[in-house]
Amino acid sequence: MCHQTVGLVTRHLEANGLPTVVFGCARDIVEHCGVPRFVFSDFPLGNPCGKPFEPAMQRAIVEIGLDLLERAVAPGTTVVAPYEWDPDTSWKDKVFTAAQPFLDEAATARWLRRKESHREASRP
Amino acid sequence: MSHVRYMDKTREYYRSLGYETPYRWAHFDEIPFTRLAKPLSECRVAVVTTSEVVLRDAPGSPDDLAREVYSLPADVPVERLASRKESYDRYATTLDDVDSYLPLTRLRELATKGRVGSLAPRFHVVYSEYSQRKTVEVDAAEILRRCREDGADATLLVAV
Repeated sequence: MCHQTVGLVTRHLEANGLPTVVFGCARDIVEHCGVPRFVFSDFPLGNPCGKPFEPAMQRAIVEIGLDLLERAVAPGTTVVAPYEWDPDTSWKDKVFTAAQPFLDEAATARWLRRKESHREASRP
Repeated sequence: MSHVRYMDKTREYYRSLGYETPYRWAHFDEIPFTRLAKPLSECRVAVVTTSEVVLRDAPGSPDDLAREVYSLPADVPVERLASRKESYDRYATTLDDVDSYLPLTRLRELATKGRVGSLAPRFHVVYSEYSQRKTVEVDAAEILRRCREDGADATLLVAV
């Protein structure tokens, strides 16, 4: 949802004359939404601006975004940050599985309550 | 290995929890586009985050009951910030380093070097919402208002 939220906000800012760049790790959601400029890091959800405690990588990724702000000539431009999270890519298979529930029990309950209340509010 | 297909993954995940109606993710054919009006080295840059960061030492930190956009000073040392975000990959990583998802230190360094003109005085926090209408009509409008109020020339948005 974060990636969709950011996608919707960035579109609103851009449509109102403010240039933007998005940093994220969920490429499909951002590109499905459609944003002007996007720096994609193929990392687990949480650290789109570089690995924790690796300032050189963080600086490089932020600079990719700044370059994109200056150089993109068309909307919908994605740049893939040239970093790998880990040679072991098994984290990708485990995302959103029963073995690794994305949220803990309490957070899941809060999320489902919000979802239900939205559905209630949206009913004609 | 290719990137994770989160839309497919979440559809399957929530179906397994008994939610049969798939979520309709936002999709638009047209994408807005605005060029920078001046060199980035002269631009004031704003930052928007979904990380739900709060000040560690401020008892009046915003709570999430209203889930309204809030802003905090952009010159605060990141050591004073902490994320309350629950939805991230807690098995594979942590949110212990604020600069990995809210790059205030990196942007201050880049401003010092002249890569950007300056950092806007506040950064803005937006909650992730199930309701796309709330995000667009309420939250995005408020963020635009605050960015304009701060004189931002460009905005970096970071999704956790």
